Amino acid sequence: MKKYAPSQRSILHKLVLAPYSIWAALFILVPLAFVAYYAFTDSDFNFTFENISRFFTATSMISDGEGTREVYTYLLIFARSLKLAVISTFICLLMGYPMAYIMSKASSRTQKVLVTLIMIPMWMNFLIRTYAWMTILQDTGILNGLLGFVGLGPVHIIGTESAVVIGMVYDYFPYMILPIYSVMAKMDVKLIEAARDLGCNSFGVLRRVVWPLSLPGVISGVIMVLIPSISTFYISQKLGNGKFYLIGDAIEGQYVANNLHFAAAIAFILMVILLVCMAFMQRYANKKAVVA
Amino acid sequence: MKPASKVFTALIMIFLFAPIVILLVFSFNEAKSLSVFSGFSLYWYRELFRDSETLNAVKNTLVLAVCAAAISTVMGTAAAVGINKLRNRYLHAVMDTVTNIPMINPEIITGISLMLMFVFVGRLFGAATSLSFWTMLIAHVTFCLPYVILQVLPKLQQMDASLPEAAMDLGCTPLRAFFKVEIPEILPGIITGLIMAFTLSLDDFVISYFTAGNGFQTLPIRIYSMTKKTVTPKMYALATIIFFVILALLLISNLSDSDGSRAIKAARQKRKNLKAQNSI
Repeated sequence: MKKYAPSQRSILHKLVLAPYSIWAALFILVPLAFVAYYAFTDSDFNFTFENISRFFTATSMISDGEGTREVYTYLLIFARSLKLAVISTFICLLMGYPMAYIMSKASSRTQKVLVTLIMIPMWMNFLIRTYAWMTILQDTGILNGLLGFVGLGPVHIIGTESAVVIGMVYDYFPYMILPIYSVMAKMDVKLIEAARDLGCNSFGVLRRVVWPLSLPGVISGVIMVLIPSISTFYISQKLGNGKFYLIGDAIEGQYVANNLHFAAAIAFILMVILLVCMAFMQRYANKKAVVA
Repeated sequence: MKPASKVFTALIMIFLFAPIVILLVFSFNEAKSLSVFSGFSLYWYRELFRDSETLNAVKNTLVLAVCAAAISTVMGTAAAVGINKLRNRYLHAVMDTVTNIPMINPEIITGISLMLMFVFVGRLFGAATSLSFWTMLIAHVTFCLPYVILQVLPKLQQMDASLPEAAMDLGCTPLRAFFKVEIPEILPGIITGLIMAFTLSLDDFVISYFTAGNGFQTLPIRIYSMTKKTVTPKMYALATIIFFVILALLLISNLSDSDGSRAIKAARQKRKNLKAQNSI
């Protein structure tokens, strides 16, 4: 009988990994290097800091209720993206956490149904989902029709920051629920019972047992909502009537204008900021896990 | 469930499904209005099926998704097998990190980064435009791969490592042991990965938007260009059809899933019985 030496097998395993290694190098790592390369070069591919410094120094005039002012264009756009993304993430957490908790407590049959129900909207294309909200929130839309029916005055939502937040919350809500739910579903019920036996009230159980244990789910939920909402470029165009330019819109705008080097610079800065944030969050999560 | 929980769940479900229900209802509207329902009609569905550009986009999307899912499943499964066998801790960590990049990076950055490379390489070869079906396929395979690997890897780790070794001791070639023993063990992971890759590819807009050539339009890109102008409820008709197709697929997969788990349970029971007999 022929035997196969371990060394022979390990060569086989390396061979099997080769296509993916080459693919990942060519189409994951090299493209990221190209972002940096374009960000630090001008249109003749000579080294320059101009694109990066333009992000931090470009100014423009805006006029609003308080008159006309000069502002840092891209810093303002970034601050606005961050603000709307943080608000949306917070609302998702506020709605998603109790929902995940309720789901994890339900019977296994109900749990299965609820998970499927929450996933169904995710399968609709996000452009369609966003567009549906546009028709709901219009001044002559269904929401105002309903409000008028119960005698409340029409509200003007479309084209405001609230509309953009509603769109973000709707589009990314399932990404918050599902990670929290999957952590909670695996949680040991005995720990909660033990806390109760030792005299903890319901709020104490939630604060001292459930919340710390669910923290990994919360963190991945927050990351999964924050990242797409900070970098989105369609929602603000449709629901904000193009008035609230976000960082994603800025990148897309430069791409459409064929200004690839500046688009790369914005993408590069966004990537660096997100990396730093994520490293920070991960460290915080680890520290918390140690304490808990 | 407590009454308060029921009310909260109901509110969340209304929030999640109200926009979809509105789409469904207004796709049957007689008039063009998206706020007043004037009468039932299938007019927009007829219009949709006359729109050859949209129908072509549907075909393109399916072709792309099938290719991307097939390639990423085969390559991703092979990669998972290789990663699972990596003994070097640092190499393992490097592989994990690289695999995570497309999942953590914002889609817009993945899209922009691939586009920049395609444009640069295209210029190097003097092509006016390098973006085409092939660049899109590369992009789709790239963002699907991590999801396949993430589905298959845990199944490999759960698998009893002595199984393929036993097969080889009994005279299987390594390749035969892989196909006869390992593949059946990790098949659920491979199938989940395949389905995920397929649906991710079908649904992707952002990365496609940056890597698509002029000649090749997928459905999300078609929807994007439709919603740029004033929209007719034709798009609502399209959304309704997509919704029911998805619903049907979910129901089928749920049914077959429970069948599958039943079969697995039966097989386990059989194995247990055999063991019991052997020990006697």
